[in-house]
Amino acid sequence: MILSSLVNASRLQFAMTAMFHWIFVPLTLGLGFIVAFMETKYYIECKRNNNAVTQKSEFWKRATKFWGRLFAINFAIGVATGIILEFQFGTNWSNYSWFVGDIFGAPLAIEGIFAFFMESTFFAVMYFGWDKVSKKFHLASTWLTAIGANLSAVWILIANSWMQYPVGMQFNPDTARSEMVDFWSVVFSPVAINKLFHTNTSAFMLACVVVIGISAWYLLKNREIEFAKQSMKIAGVFGLVSALLLAFSGDGSAYQVGKHQPMKLAAMEGLYNGENGAPLVAFGVLNPQKEVDNNEDPYLFDISIPYGLSLLAERDIDAFVPGINDIIDGGYTYTDYNGQTKTALSFYEKKERGEAAIGALRKYKQAKEAGNDSLKNSAYNVLQENFEYFGYGFMKDHNEVVPPVALTFYAFHIMVILGGYFILFFLVVLHFLNRDARNKYKFESQKWFMYIAIISVPLVYICSQAGWIVAEVGRQPWTIQDLLPVQASVSGVSADNVYTTLAIFFVLFTILLIAEMGIMFNQIKKGPENIK
Amino acid sequence: METLQFLQLYWWAVVSLLGALLVFLLFVQGGQTLIFSTASSDEQRNLLIGALGHKWELTFTTLVTFGGAAFASFPLFYSTSFGGAYWLWMSILFLFVLQAVSYEFRNKAANLLGTRTYDIFLFLNGVLGTILLGVAVGTLYSGGAYYMDKLNITDIQNTTISHWANGWMGLEAIAEPFNLLLGIVVFLAARTLGSLFAINDLDTASQAGKELSARCRVQLKVTGIAFVLAFVAFLVMLFLRTGYAVEEGVITPVKYKYFFNFVELVWPAILLLAGVVLVLAGLGYAMFADENSWISKKSFYVTGGGVVLAVWALLICAAYNNTAYFPSTVSLQDSLTLANSSSSLFTLKVMAYVSIAVPFVLWYIIVVWRKMSGKHSEY
Repeated sequence: MILSSLVNASRLQFAMTAMFHWIFVPLTLGLGFIVAFMETKYYIECKRNNNAVTQKSEFWKRATKFWGRLFAINFAIGVATGIILEFQFGTNWSNYSWFVGDIFGAPLAIEGIFAFFMESTFFAVMYFGWDKVSKKFHLASTWLTAIGANLSAVWILIANSWMQYPVGMQFNPDTARSEMVDFWSVVFSPVAINKLFHTNTSAFMLACVVVIGISAWYLLKNREIEFAKQSMKIAGVFGLVSALLLAFSGDGSAYQVGKHQPMKLAAMEGLYNGENGAPLVAFGVLNPQKEVDNNEDPYLFDISIPYGLSLLAERDIDAFVPGINDIIDGGYTYTDYNGQTKTALSFYEKKERGEAAIGALRKYKQAKEAGNDSLKNSAYNVLQENFEYFGYGFMKDHNEVVPPVALTFYAFHIMVILGGYFILFFLVVLHFLNRDARNKYKFESQKWFMYIAIISVPLVYICSQAGWIVAEVGRQPWTIQDLLPVQASVSGVSADNVYTTLAIFFVLFTILLIAEMGIMFNQIKKGPENIK
Repeated sequence: METLQFLQLYWWAVVSLLGALLVFLLFVQGGQTLIFSTASSDEQRNLLIGALGHKWELTFTTLVTFGGAAFASFPLFYSTSFGGAYWLWMSILFLFVLQAVSYEFRNKAANLLGTRTYDIFLFLNGVLGTILLGVAVGTLYSGGAYYMDKLNITDIQNTTISHWANGWMGLEAIAEPFNLLLGIVVFLAARTLGSLFAINDLDTASQAGKELSARCRVQLKVTGIAFVLAFVAFLVMLFLRTGYAVEEGVITPVKYKYFFNFVELVWPAILLLAGVVLVLAGLGYAMFADENSWISKKSFYVTGGGVVLAVWALLICAAYNNTAYFPSTVSLQDSLTLANSSSSLFTLKVMAYVSIAVPFVLWYIIVVWRKMSGKHSEY
């Protein structure tokens, strides 16, 4: 009970910080490139006119500076919340930090050395250096800031992907931790590649929707018409390309989840009993009475696409997709990533093997201390044979390996529905801009769409947060898939201490969010008119 | 020497260098402590914060990278110290979060709390942030009240590897005079460097800049001398302190261990001595040379370089020469050593390749620093 309270407090604190961090970071990731596009236009315009000031060059300079200001406001708070996450690995997940620090720490250090310094060094030039450095150096700094920000994301996403699909490692009983044996398989794991594309393109999409939403507000107010349309043009094209790549990488991510985290996939779909040719629930309402151990129908209502889930998860419309009960009971056959056909173990078989691995580790240490080599070797063999289920040894019963189904299910469906909506949204924006350019009608006369564009801004944030909820809540209870559950990852801090820091963070984040939104709204209200 | 042992020493040197650079870059925090007393008007305050505001990200990034590198190369330290001295690290964290937003928010309209509140945040970060960082670093020598057993992972009822032995969760480190003295030294070093930075960087063409620069010179005479005295007191305490030697995994107390580390290794002693000479030279130039002379203006870099060398030497000697760093005050044999707390040979090797890029990173930071120095707009 005490441990569960500590685990909940630690999870809540980490989740709150991560979600707060992710309010600011995606905007920075996408806006950085949008600002860089705009400054490139400014630079080209200057070059064309031998550095003479023209109306067009001043236009792009103002646009660059305006969006750059919004970038800067977000940047600071993104940095501030990023360090909290880094500290929390140690303060709240100290067991985790030792158990996997050998693998997880390396991307974090590389991130610091390569990406953070690039981002922060060139950000100072981008923001303060207009009159201090040449146009070329400034443009290069803006691009390097955008690239640095995205590189930061790359390394932490590699680390996160490794937690979902732990590859390139081996457990060392002498140090009682997992150790890296293949750096490149950690960096280029298929889960990491998909996650990088999916997360970064989602951030680009978010930034594009924000730019379009703010521009729509100007059009609605009949202000800065040309500025708004040009901004929308860049964001529309960048957004559409990003949204399409997002859908593509989303499909890839779902396939990877099916291969490596079948329980997460089952929770995403609310699938309790698997089947061949499983349908994909396009829209549904879950039955709140449904639990693992009862026979209630999982859905109160659903609209499904026949064979959709089998196609998504296995690339085969007739393939079997296991549900939550199947994964607990085992006994079904599946093809692993290496193309080998295997029979799934039940939860209790995995638990038994996990306990065997933990017991073997204990025996290994005792034998080593006693200098008994034969016992040590046999314990080592048992440990290696069973290590892939190590984390199951910490579980009490099967309910512990089922993630919160409703939260995962609804977050997944909200994300997918909104993701689809945004493809349509960008197409409509580009269509209207095209008509406007051909003088068919004025884009600003479509007031109804301006309202939709403004409402889309909170929607894209919901979509983005929902994505992380699917990724992180869906993999509960694992900090490292199958190897380390949350209860074996936490620090030896009392729950009261964690709840106190949680309360402080909550108050701090609320104040910072209100302040940040106030400043952003104020800057938007002021507009780019007075920027020199 | 085995490759693993070499890489453990290498990475301790790299992490220590990052720590030393961090202490130098705390001039930003030191400058923040001047915004109410030394800066006597809003104009002067804006000038000072404007100058510091171009550099805060660098300090912040170095702190993050210092943490990341410590995590990657010595994960057991990260796990034991952060997870145990919970409130000490959390307090540092809160103070740095406040700083990060304050530069960006303080002068913006609709910032909710008003400029003065953000300036108070900067001041608090400057004073308490530096002191608490010093206290945390002090625990590398004075230790912490923890038990550590990696085999605890096999005890399903209680899997925590490191346990803190008291309910203060690190706050008790502040009450340890040695740690507190180091905290004060770091604070005074930061404030000294902050004053020197202001003298070096402020645009004295304006009346406000000229006045502020003159006030920083006056301030420097008090802070600089206090810094030197406090540093000497800290060195005496450190050299008289009992440290802990590790021989084949067994840890034993050794009187004057840190003093002997300097004497036996020699090169850290040379680094320390060179650092002290540079610190004194920089302070001397700033206090006594002609105010308009080049050397007086550049004394920030001379003293700063001295601080980097001295801190690097001190951190090196916390773990080199078979010394247990961050010793356990309740269970000596649980103390951390380079051997029992580092990452694996493979990971340290991978990161060693990565560290080849560090000079390149330093190069572009210096290029940008030079291009961005002088004549700042107000924040």
